[in-house]
Amino acid sequence: MRSGMSRRAFFKGAGVSAAGAALLDSRFTQTAEAAAREGEVNVLGPRAVPVSLTVNGRGVSVRVDPATTLVEVLRYDLGLTGTKIGCDRGACSACTVWLDGEPASSCMTLILDARGRTITTIEGLADGDKLHPVQQAFVEHDALQCGFCTPGMVMSCAALLNRKPDADLDDIKSAVSGHLCRCGTYPNIFKATLAAAGAVAKGKAGG
Amino acid sequence: MMSQQTDQERGEAAQRNPEQPVPNSGPSRQQAMLYGIVGDGLKEVTRRVPLDEPPPLAENSKLKSIGKPIPRLDAVQKVTGKARYTFDIQLPGMLWGRRVVSPWAHARVKSIDTSAAERYPGVRAVHVLDRVLQTAQLRDPKAELGNRYPTVRYAGQPIAAVAAETPRAAEQAAKLVRVEYERLPHVTELDAAMKPDAPVVFPGPVEQPSTAGGGGAPPGLPQHGNLRGPNTGGRFGPPRGDVSKGFAESDVVLEGEFRTQVQTHVPMETHGIVADWRDDGLTIHASTQWTLSVRDEAAEHFNLPKSRIRVISDFTGGGFGAKYGIGNFGLLAIHLSRKAKAPVRMMLDRREEHVSAGNRPSSIQEIKIGAKKDGTLMAMQAVSWGTGGVAGGAGIGFCYSALYPCPNLYAEQYDVFTNAGPCAAFRAPGQVQGIFSLEQMIDELAETIGMDPLVLRDKIDTGGTDDSLARAVERRAGAERFGWKNRKPAGFDAGPVMRGVGMAQSQWIYLVSKYTACEVRVTDDGGVEAFSSAQDIGTGTRTVLAQVVAEEFGLRPEEIGAYIGDTRYPIGPASGGSRVTASLTPAARNAAHRAARDLAGRLAPRFAAEPETIVFADGKVMVRDKPDTAMPFREAVKKANIGEISHRVDRADDYEGYAMIVGDLQISKHGIGGVQFAQVAVDTETGVVKVERVVAVHDCGRPINPKLAESQIYGGVIQGVSYALYEERHLDPGSGHQLNANIDQYKMVGSRETPEIEVVLLEQFGAQSSTDARGVAEPANVATAAAVANAFYNATGKRIRTLPMTPANVLAALRT
Repeated sequence: MRSGMSRRAFFKGAGVSAAGAALLDSRFTQTAEAAAREGEVNVLGPRAVPVSLTVNGRGVSVRVDPATTLVEVLRYDLGLTGTKIGCDRGACSACTVWLDGEPASSCMTLILDARGRTITTIEGLADGDKLHPVQQAFVEHDALQCGFCTPGMVMSCAALLNRKPDADLDDIKSAVSGHLCRCGTYPNIFKATLAAAGAVAKGKAGG
Repeated sequence: MMSQQTDQERGEAAQRNPEQPVPNSGPSRQQAMLYGIVGDGLKEVTRRVPLDEPPPLAENSKLKSIGKPIPRLDAVQKVTGKARYTFDIQLPGMLWGRRVVSPWAHARVKSIDTSAAERYPGVRAVHVLDRVLQTAQLRDPKAELGNRYPTVRYAGQPIAAVAAETPRAAEQAAKLVRVEYERLPHVTELDAAMKPDAPVVFPGPVEQPSTAGGGGAPPGLPQHGNLRGPNTGGRFGPPRGDVSKGFAESDVVLEGEFRTQVQTHVPMETHGIVADWRDDGLTIHASTQWTLSVRDEAAEHFNLPKSRIRVISDFTGGGFGAKYGIGNFGLLAIHLSRKAKAPVRMMLDRREEHVSAGNRPSSIQEIKIGAKKDGTLMAMQAVSWGTGGVAGGAGIGFCYSALYPCPNLYAEQYDVFTNAGPCAAFRAPGQVQGIFSLEQMIDELAETIGMDPLVLRDKIDTGGTDDSLARAVERRAGAERFGWKNRKPAGFDAGPVMRGVGMAQSQWIYLVSKYTACEVRVTDDGGVEAFSSAQDIGTGTRTVLAQVVAEEFGLRPEEIGAYIGDTRYPIGPASGGSRVTASLTPAARNAAHRAARDLAGRLAPRFAAEPETIVFADGKVMVRDKPDTAMPFREAVKKANIGEISHRVDRADDYEGYAMIVGDLQISKHGIGGVQFAQVAVDTETGVVKVERVVAVHDCGRPINPKLAESQIYGGVIQGVSYALYEERHLDPGSGHQLNANIDQYKMVGSRETPEIEVVLLEQFGAQSSTDARGVAEPANVATAAAVANAFYNATGKRIRTLPMTPANVLAALRT
């Protein structure tokens, strides 16, 4: 087993909060460096650079090739596979996470642009076992079929309600207009988010 | 061997060699059971059923678990990101696979040099394909002797692959594989490929024994150049009557040419597998519609016993017909894993998915129908050409022979091979294309003879099958919900944005997988678990399985452990042909029933009662009519010291048997139906069409979970609107490359284009199985494009016979 894997295993075993101390070598970086070391292939470009992020409230540091995207680090270095890749070019929004609370395509975000920012993924949305109102509404209204687009959809709809707790149907259509659901679950996504908006607004009104 | 022969191929094989054994040949009893549509003349019929069948179920309103719109059981996993798809599998030491694909649309591979790729740091294995799956095969392999490597027949065809320790290394190394090509002339467009001097895709006639659902023609058809056919059979029989006589006796004869486009599946999770080859066996995580097809193809191509292969599919991110078998990516991944002695992940990227992982074939359809002035159908003739690229199966389904009885029928279906990626089954293969023309022709007939389209269908939809009876109710229910009586004459709207309404009918086969079983276990602490190798591609397999089992134990569905998607579990059906619920739930109910009665027998002494008086209800066990004996289920089981109870039951035959059986496929004489109504707005200045509203009325036998059925119907309608208005694969004829192999330029319905959709679901009993459930996925997608086209006519007074309804096609139609 390669050393990168064992560091990765350590990282996972130690938990994300402890990993701030250990600098994680990204899986995307190793080969370029190894290639340069062995001198067989002329590898161009900068070496791996250290990057510190805050992911779901925990500090994380990785050494990573600057060409790496945020979703690659989330999925393949941090093991946060809830964030999906549907197109890898910002067209399907399956990779939506929050950057400082705003939805963003993590496949179009270079890791260097995520430095020092607060990142929230689908794994960080619920409060422990208590689902976010949008997650709860998605469950109750069957706003998912195969479920592959669901994490991205949930992140965009939840961000919408943060921004506008009394969102209406048009707001919701607009919020998910960049998301593709090939199973065609849109009507239930609308219903669920409207219901969650009602619940959120009611919760706020009630104190 | 469970081959990937398609439903249509098998159907046609059955037609050549029908076998219709007596269903359920063992001991039997006569059983009175419900038949018909709830709320519309439900009655009782008597069927001969196996002696050990459970008692028939009442209608859903009288049940506790079956028929309830409960949330799907894996929804929390999906909304929290915990659901692990094949795309998410990360195994220790896993390598990343990357394919090398041909840049040329047609070429001979002269040499391949992998040495630079092998030397690239981090590369652990390289494999060159020596065969290509998912393509038609030459009838005579000698027609291409002397080639060391498979001939390239489409741009994007896989040649080789590398496995490396990082995705970056795999990507870089793949670029270092040097392939020397000898280019050959190519043709990618349907019309061009039919010309006598067109470049030929194959140097001789071809067959397609294994096509991931794309095939569709019987073997031995004549082939000249790229044109193979005609196939004059259909699923429900050869030509009948004499069409020329029928046309001569008709008062009205209508003709039309229809054209439909190539559509790609675009599942959100691309095709792919993670293969882990070890000395003691092969484990495959697969994004698949049929775990067993992956196992069986791996066994075939790697000469492994099936017992040494395990295929796991916990979640599949959509499929829509394209995800069968191991595919070329799977062949490569398994070879690489064997060579590298490490697990290999091989997922297609979005471009590869569009180009090489399947599509719905195009069609050109020349249609002629004849009828009397009163609407009586006299003759129908359909001649069609379509291209599924390098794969066969571009037919237009079976609707001409099966939807409306007609004494004189003639159909010819041709495959046209082109240098383009292979087709695959796609949510009602052929039938979507065929219904698009048939239901427009029937609409035109209604208009021509001055009859309401619904009244005409009342007159001609007289097959007498369950789906035909259901459509009669669906037309009435839909017309009322939709407000059909407010329909205006065609072209009534002054414009420039003209609104109109239309309807079309749906039909699909009711299909049961012969080899379907389910195991139900009760553990001594009161746990109840159900097992099937069937997978869930988004339809809710886990949930309906748990609901059916829960009913027998008086438990809630969430209390049942429903385990699926693993070939170590009892044999389960493919998620294709709308067959999982129909095939699996009767086996599951019967296994649960036997386990529950077994349990009752062991509990009876503790209740000092006869076993048959022990009942399970509301989470409790009690003696019938003695509520004071009630004890919580788990508590009662724990006290009984049962060890473990396990019953595995095969699905019984449908009580009335099947119209045809070929291999695993048992096709009922009954179908699944639906009727859809659409309202469209056509901007006659810009050519932009918007579908504003759809009412979809469907039957699926007994709905096991109406909420999940409704979701599938939404999806079918939305895919249908997407097909009608937007989707089209564009190939560059010069290079053969797809120009829109992505999600931004391959236009599909999104939130802004989703119409207001209302679903009405019938509860219908055919008295055929212990759950009487049928599927719904395919019929939900069959009628939509035709309903939209008929609404377009009602809006504008012009027929649109070419899909998709892009501004260019719309403006052309408006100029006619």
